[in-house]
Amino acid sequence: MEYFLELSSSGLVRGSIYALIALGYTMVYGIIQLINFAHGEIYMIGAFVALIVSGVLTIYGFSGVSILILAGLIAVIYAAAYGYTLEKIAYRPLRNAPRLSPLISAIGMSLFLQNYVLLAQTPDFLPFPALIPDFDFMEPIAHIMGSAELVILVTSAVSMVALTVLIKYTRIGKAMRATQQDMTMARLVGVNVDNVISTTFIIGSVLAAIGGVLVGSYIGQINFYIGFMAGVKAFTAAVLGGIGNIPGAVLGAMVLGLTEAYAAGYISSAYEDVFAFGVLVLILILRPSGLLGKAVTQKV
Amino acid sequence: MVDNFKRSFLVALWFVFLTFPLMVVKVNTLKNIVEWRWINMLWVAIGAFVLSLVWRWAMARRQLKSKAAEIGEEGLVKPGLGQRLLEDPKVFKPVLIVLALVTIVFPLLVDIYQTNIMVLALIFVVLGLGLNITVGLAGLLDLGYVAFFAVGAYTYGVLNTFWGFGFWISLPIGGLMGALFGIALGFPILRLRGDYLAIVTLGFGSIAKIVIENWEEVFNGAKGIAGIPRPGFFGAEMNIASATTYTYYLMILMVLFTIFITNRLKDSRIGRAWMALREDEIACVAMGVDMARTKLSAYAFGAFWAGLVGVVFAARNTYINPNSFTFMESALVLSIVVMGGMGSIIGVIIAALVLILMPEYLRAFSEYRMLMFGAVMVLMMIFRPEGLIANVRRKYAGRTVKTEEANA
Repeated sequence: MEYFLELSSSGLVRGSIYALIALGYTMVYGIIQLINFAHGEIYMIGAFVALIVSGVLTIYGFSGVSILILAGLIAVIYAAAYGYTLEKIAYRPLRNAPRLSPLISAIGMSLFLQNYVLLAQTPDFLPFPALIPDFDFMEPIAHIMGSAELVILVTSAVSMVALTVLIKYTRIGKAMRATQQDMTMARLVGVNVDNVISTTFIIGSVLAAIGGVLVGSYIGQINFYIGFMAGVKAFTAAVLGGIGNIPGAVLGAMVLGLTEAYAAGYISSAYEDVFAFGVLVLILILRPSGLLGKAVTQKV
Repeated sequence: MVDNFKRSFLVALWFVFLTFPLMVVKVNTLKNIVEWRWINMLWVAIGAFVLSLVWRWAMARRQLKSKAAEIGEEGLVKPGLGQRLLEDPKVFKPVLIVLALVTIVFPLLVDIYQTNIMVLALIFVVLGLGLNITVGLAGLLDLGYVAFFAVGAYTYGVLNTFWGFGFWISLPIGGLMGALFGIALGFPILRLRGDYLAIVTLGFGSIAKIVIENWEEVFNGAKGIAGIPRPGFFGAEMNIASATTYTYYLMILMVLFTIFITNRLKDSRIGRAWMALREDEIACVAMGVDMARTKLSAYAFGAFWAGLVGVVFAARNTYINPNSFTFMESALVLSIVVMGGMGSIIGVIIAALVLILMPEYLRAFSEYRMLMFGAVMVLMMIFRPEGLIANVRRKYAGRTVKTEEANA
């Protein structure tokens, strides 16, 4: 039972990280029907910036929580800037191009960013400082859930609630929903669609960077390639839940994280990815538009 | 003009800010040292400024072009070089003869190393042509195409280590295995739309790699299979040099065979069904095309070539391991198809040669080649989305009724 709880907690942690990245995918997809392959790279850049900032701050004598907050903040700002620039360079000129063009452009951008970090920094794994402190009150259940895990769960939950509030109750959220429903119509009623798309990329990047900082400090090492696999998994989660659907992305991420954790714990960790994709295929066979996705009837 | 400079200056500032932590700062967390590389900041600023000016100029040109096309001045635009190569027999024939001569004498002029690289490029030509069927003709996005390539290579590897099968028997088996896996993948995803397809095929590609990596008993895991024999020629003994040359000619024949078959397929009943499916699925099904059969056959035909050429790949390298079959290879083949111009056979061949040979001959810039590769992909999509050589749809070339006659 204890082993089961341990696996569940690690599954939930994985799931919430996937969810943070998957939200970016699903939001972008919902609005411009683009699979933003470079999204995982934004997550990676977020982690790198946090690592660099915390390294510099440690050397200049900062300590503890102030590093965590500053590094996290700067990482988020930079990720947002990268996301914004990415959209402007690689996707905006392709707004009216055929479906495959932006996808190829995204794959190209993903390669570019990976190699940019590789060349500018290092091809090796870098040790990531443990930014999250150990809480005393977590001592009794530390063998099931550590402090870092708790922080990850709470931070992701807060971010998701904030996102929901933003989308449901603010002006820009309303504009985003309008653009998602019908871009032309939204433009006609005076929504600045370009701004909405930029904002979507920025919000997605912010969430991804939060994920990157949390994962870096949880796992303890990063390199330029971490974004690719995380991106693929997060995208899988988004599709699992029904792409374009925000609660769906979170649900899909949790299902994926738990599946992986149980598969790794009870069967074999070598095959966890096989199970992850197996679940995806199974669910798509039964529900071709994902868990919460609406079945779209095509009209002619 | 001044405005352009001002804006480019701002862009340069923005990129200086953007690249600051990654390009300028380098921390060593173990020794607690920070390295400040200020010189990089200067490079970024100059580079961003110049590139921004070029970008602005290119974008303005692009806009002008699309405006001209909108007004209907296409007649004024001269047919591109690619089009002329294909359509004008005066240009087409001599070029073809020269090309054929160069292809035949190529291995005699250069050393084994070059020939070997050329063989690899030809393998990717066939891969590109195969994926062209699935993506270019049938419009089914496949991000895990390399899995079929792996199926072919490992078919030969396993058949050879366990039962001593030779190259020539394994070749068709490899192709058929590829096709079989293509159908097996196609079945569960018949109902899925474009973007769901992307992730499922991507997943399939990763699953294939994971299974190969972890199934020690059959595939020898991450260590790979070594000592795979090169293609034989009626049992003749060959040294490495002549075996490589032989493989080269074999690949040339195979490319010709692939071109012949895919060209015939394109104009066949099933080929037209694929294109119809790509253009509009609903209309196509309404016209009585069997959707399931058409899609499955597109997967099977595409995967067949990958399986076939996978056997050649195993024979060329004499050693295979799972690392030759990553997502990077799938992305590479997909970019060959898209950059070549979806559905265009000549374009795919040129793109495959360029994309495989360019990195090999740019060894001097080897550190930067993947960076350049990514940038080229993005730029191609923005400034030449139709690919190197756009696919020209066959037109009905019957009698045209002249307007005068119609009026009379």
